[in-house]
Parts: sequence; C-alpha cells; structure tokens
Amino acid sequence: MSSVIVNVKRPDLLTFTMPFVAVFGAMFGFITGNIFGAPSIGLIGGAIVGAVLAGILARMTKINRRVKIWGIAIIFGLAGAVFGGLGGFFGGLLVGVSMGWFATWVGTGKYRAGVPTYYTPGQVLWHNTFLFICAFVFFFLIAPLIPVVWLSFNAENFFTFTPEMLSFKAEGYSLKHYRDFLGTDEWMVPLKNSLIIAPIATIISVSLGTLAAIGLSQSHVPGRQTMMAILISPMIVPLIISATGMFFFYAPLGNWLEVTLGLNQSFVGYVKVILAHAVLGIPFVIITVTATLVGFDKSLTRAAANMGANPVTTFFRVQMPLILPGVISGGLFAFITSFDEVVVVLFVGSARQQTLPWQMYTGLREQISPTILAAATILVAVSILLLLTVELLRRRSERLRGMSPT
Amino acid sequence: MKFIKTLSATTMLALVATSGAALADDHMASDMTLVSWGGAYQASQIAAYAEPYTAMNEGVTITWDESSAEAVAKLRAMNEAKNVTWDLVDVVAADALRLCDEGLAMEIDPNEDLAAAPDGTSAEDDFGDLLVSECFIPQIVYSTTVGYRSDMVPAGAAAPTDICALFDTKTYPGMRSLEKRPINNMEWALLCDGVAKEDVYDVLGTPEGQEQALAKLGTIKDSVIWWSAGADTPQLLADGEVFMGSTYNGRLFSAIVEQGQPISMLWDAQVFDLDGWIIPAGLPEDRLARVKDFVKFATDTQRLADQSKYISYGPARASSAPLVGKHASLGIDMAPHMPTDPENSKNTFLYNYEFWADYRDDIDAKFQAWLAQ
Repeated sequence: MSSVIVNVKRPDLLTFTMPFVAVFGAMFGFITGNIFGAPSIGLIGGAIVGAVLAGILARMTKINRRVKIWGIAIIFGLAGAVFGGLGGFFGGLLVGVSMGWFATWVGTGKYRAGVPTYYTPGQVLWHNTFLFICAFVFFFLIAPLIPVVWLSFNAENFFTFTPEMLSFKAEGYSLKHYRDFLGTDEWMVPLKNSLIIAPIATIISVSLGTLAAIGLSQSHVPGRQTMMAILISPMIVPLIISATGMFFFYAPLGNWLEVTLGLNQSFVGYVKVILAHAVLGIPFVIITVTATLVGFDKSLTRAAANMGANPVTTFFRVQMPLILPGVISGGLFAFITSFDEVVVVLFVGSARQQTLPWQMYTGLREQISPTILAAATILVAVSILLLLTVELLRRRSERLRGMSPT
Repeated sequence: MKFIKTLSATTMLALVATSGAALADDHMASDMTLVSWGGAYQASQIAAYAEPYTAMNEGVTITWDESSAEAVAKLRAMNEAKNVTWDLVDVVAADALRLCDEGLAMEIDPNEDLAAAPDGTSAEDDFGDLLVSECFIPQIVYSTTVGYRSDMVPAGAAAPTDICALFDTKTYPGMRSLEKRPINNMEWALLCDGVAKEDVYDVLGTPEGQEQALAKLGTIKDSVIWWSAGADTPQLLADGEVFMGSTYNGRLFSAIVEQGQPISMLWDAQVFDLDGWIIPAGLPEDRLARVKDFVKFATDTQRLADQSKYISYGPARASSAPLVGKHASLGIDMAPHMPTDPENSKNTFLYNYEFWADYRDDIDAKFQAWLAQ
C-alpha cells in the first residue's frame, strides 16, 4: 500500500485541502462552542484553526504522519487542559487526534489510497462519504451506551454529569451505585428472581423448540407452514397484546392451581411467569435450530439406523451433537428474551416475581437513581458476553460444517 | 437426564416445604404484598412500619410492589380476573375515593380497625377530618409545592417568595416544570391572575374561569416542561434544566437536605393532600386477618410519628404531631421541614376533593386539548 501512496499526487493546498480541513474543524468548533455557549464563534474559530493546521502540515513534508498526529493531539490536549482541567485535556486529545488524522489524510492524498486510480473525483467523494456514513452509523449505535456506563460511576444520586466528573476528579466518581445494586434486597431479590425464571424458561423453550424444529423439518408432516407460523407468532404479535391475553389466560389457571390443588401462591406465580416466558422464547429456538438443520445430512440418521440404533439413541448420539451450536444459540436468545422482558412479567407476575427489568422500570419512573445505570451496565456486560459466545459458536459450526461431507 | 430428575425432585421438595410452612400458621397468612410508591417514601414505610412489625411477628414476610401509580387500573384488572394478589395498597385520597365507589376497596370501621391514641382519644377523633372516605386509612399529609435553584436566581433579583414567581418569566427567566394535569396548576394560575383565594373554586367552576386559567398558563407555556413522575422535577432541578418546578415536598427535602443540591423551597400556596392505605375488597379470611393486624399496628400514634424521622411528610394523626423528632441519620429537627409547620403553612390550599370529583373529567379534557395546541 505504501508504494501506492508515494505515487499519489498531493492535492492542491489552497483549493482542496484547506477548505476540507476547515469544514471538518468547523464541525468540532461548533460542538466545542456549544459547550461554552457560543456556537457561532466556535464555528468560525474551528474553521480558521482547521485551515491554519492544514497549511502548517503541508509545509512539514519530512515528518512521519504518526508523529504529526500525536504532536497535534498533545497541543490540542494542553490547550483543552487550560480551559477544562483533566476533562478538557482528554477532550482536546480526542479532537486533536481526529483533526490531525483528517488533515494528514486529506493533505497527503491518502484518501485516494483505497479506490482505483481511474475513479472520477465524484466517485472518490462518494466512496469516502459512504465510509463516513458507515462510521456514523456505528457511532450512533454505540454512543448512547457510553453516558450510561459513565454516569453509573456518578458520586451523586442524579443523572447529571457533575463538574467534578467532567474534570475527572476522583471525588466525582464512586462505586456506591454498584454497592446499592449488589448490597440491597431491593435489587438482589429481583436479580434472584430473574436468575430463577430465565434459566428454567430457557430449558423449557429449548426442549420444546428443538423438538418442534426437528418435527417441522420432516417433509411428511402435514400443515408444516401453518404450524410454523403459529409457533413463531409470539415473535410477531405486539408484546402488549400477548401480555394482555396471557394475563387473562393464566389468571384462572393460577386460581385453579392455588384453590383446587392447594399450591403455594408464590410458587404458582413463578410457574405462570416461567410458562409465559417459555412461550416467548420458543420462536427463537425454532428459527435457529431450523437453520442448523438445513445443513444437517439426513443420510447420517439412516446410517445410524442401519447400524441398529433406535431413534432416541440416534437423536442424542448423532443428530444432537451436530445441531448443538444452533440449539445453544437459540437457548441464549431465549434466555436474553426472558432476562430482558418487562411487559409480560408486569401483567402475569405478582410482586413476588419481580424481575430485574421490572425493578428497573419502576425505579426509572418513581426515583431516577443511577443504581439503574449500574444495573444496566452490568446487564450490558452480561449481554455482550452472551453474544460473544453465540458468535464463537457460530464460527465453530461454520468450521465444522465446512469439514463435514455434504 | 439425571440433572432434570434432580431438579424436579428439589422443586417438589421446596414446594412441599413452602406449602407446609403456610399451613403451620393458625389463621393468619404468613406473607403480605404491600403496594407503595417506591423511593424514599417506601423506604420510610419499611423502616417505620414493616421492619418493626416483622421483628415482632417472626415468620411473616412482606413483599413490596411499587405500583401505586397505576393502582386503580391494576386493581380493576385483578378484580376482573378474580386474582387479587395485593393485600394492602397505598394510594392518594382521590384514588381511594374512586376505589371505594367502585367497590374495589373494603370499608373500614375506624374505631374497631384502628388503634386509639395513647391518651384514649378514639381513632375517629384522632384522624378527624382526614378520614375522607369509608375505605381510606390516612397515613400522611404531604404537599405539592415549588422548588427553585437558589444559585440561578438572577443577579439583582430577590429570591422568589411568592407563587406568582412561576408566571414571572421577566424577573425569573428560565424553564419551569409543572405537573401534566390541571390540578394545582389551574388554582395557581387563577391566584396569580388576580382571583382572590376564597373565590378560586367558584371561578374555576365556570367555563370562563377555566379559559382564564388556561390563558394565564399560556403566558408561560413555552417555558414549561411537563412532568408525570415525582422524580422528574428534582432531576431537572439538579441538572439545572429548569429554574423552578413543582413536586412533592418530600422529594424536594430529599434533594436539598440529603443530596445537598442548591435548591430552595417556595412554600407559598402549597397544596395539601393525603396519602394512606386501602384494603382491597374480597380478600380471603387468613390474608384479611393478617392485613388488619398489620394496619392496626402501622397506623398507631407512635408508628406514624416514627415515619417522619425518614421523610418530611406530616403524620395524619393529631396525637402524632408532638412526637415528631429528628431525622434518623442526619439528626436535624424535622418539624421545620414539615408542610404543616406554621412557618411554612402561612398560605395553603387543601386539595378540593369534591370540586375535582365533579369537574376533573371536564377540565382534564380541556387541559389536554390545550396542551396539544
């Protein structure tokens, strides 16, 4: 790649590099200006800084690009520190790295490196704009999580970035919301309930969903499409409608279990919520297992039968190990569905089955406390771990399938 | 397979054990589900009522459900499905009146179901006028009042002392937060539009009066953030997003005294309201016996006074007032923070249940239509 860059002509400084870098600088200037309450001054100032920066960098052809970027970052960081302490330093560093990267990227003609040489300027512009749009999409997907994680370490009981937090002073931060989360019944009982309900609901949905998927993948089953549609429907019907229906369906069932069979009220409550969550989880299992079964070689079951294995043995010894990745990823989806679910549990459950999302929901409405953010951060971490597991399993199954004879 | 067998065996065992424990108690249920508002208020109820009660009655477990905000709707649905899982519900007096009218709450006999005062005064006389419905067991008097950012008062202007500062965006620029319903806002608007306090409800009963109130609110409509949960205003004030806003006095107390926020109280024209328990109608005998036992304990003179150690709401019993002491952890005197303190209650309203029962639907519709304009 580096040999390509050498051959690329540097774009004209006055008509190309300076205007582009000025626009980029104006964008940062506008944001910085907004923080200090003077967006228009920031806009103009940013544009001037950008243009000057582009001009200076164009003179320094001898210096390595990486050195230039870090030099600019440190200058910006120090300037930020003068105005905003440690927080300003980090903010300046961030702006400096972006500005330096952009100015050298445009200034040295590196922006043409990834596109074929015969592209017209319009095509090059679109190619790079497209890359920027992609970057923004990722940014807007991820960025909302950052303040949540950041604020969860707040030393105050409000959703507020205090001046101490913004200047990275130690007294602005604390782990007290994590202590609140881990140390009080208010949060530990819901967590315990979630950890009772989600795994049992997952086991039920995985068992039933896997069997249904295997059954529905047999070509001789009549009305397969209809059955599939009905089984998938909890995923399609709006949750609030399923929840209302389930409330009126499970209430008499619960009454019957309590009154006629004399079962404990709290136990019946768990049964109701677990069954409701299992219903919500089944579609995910069916979909993932059906997808895995597409790659499953049917002649293996015939071979097993030929060797004298009965269908149950064949299932556990031959089919199950091969479709296991699909079963596990379906199970993880079912688990997350139950673990994150708030609407159905509000309708079907009673206070004794209060789950973590329920507690977060009421907590957010009645007392805006950062403990919710601590809980959310922990949940995000758990979700990321679970999704990583799914991804690793998917890759493993792809690898296995690539090797298996089909 | 073995795992599943073990699992089902342990579930059955747990099931037998728990149902056995429930049977062991004589005629009172061993667990209760109480419904409240969450937050500092529920915490004060746990500390003042529930913890002493469970300490006295071993084996009783209390579960809290933070659903008071939608208590009316949920009780209706539970009643429809014949599956009432709540044993005692904390509601504002207006909701208690509705639940009582619909037959969803049980009527009580104050002198039989509630404890008498230590000096022998009957419960009926001790609660006095606050027994606004046959089903309602009052706990606290709270008020809806206004808090403002003391550090955002413009230079040269005096700190606001008058409710009409809400409408004075010239002297006190900045956003306000007001509750997204007509109650309180309409009264304040008329009061600041030159209507005498004793005439407010007469004027508000006429269509012209309602127009007048909305017109006055219209003068600040652009600078109002409308809230629906009690936690909103303290959060907005702490953020500095609003200069002043209305909320419950206990929420402001917590933000000012416990969280140390630069907020001050504006007690002028605060509106008193009541909060208390109702017992859902149609509870099975064993659960009802347990709830009655709890209510008698939790609403006696000492318990109501104890609650004010944790939150700045006034006890509903006359006999509790002299027992109000210091904050449980901060050690400050609670009396000056009570809405009923003479210094704070120079100019007050009492939530007019009769007026709002008659006019609520009508004015609500007008208010919501006005909001949407």
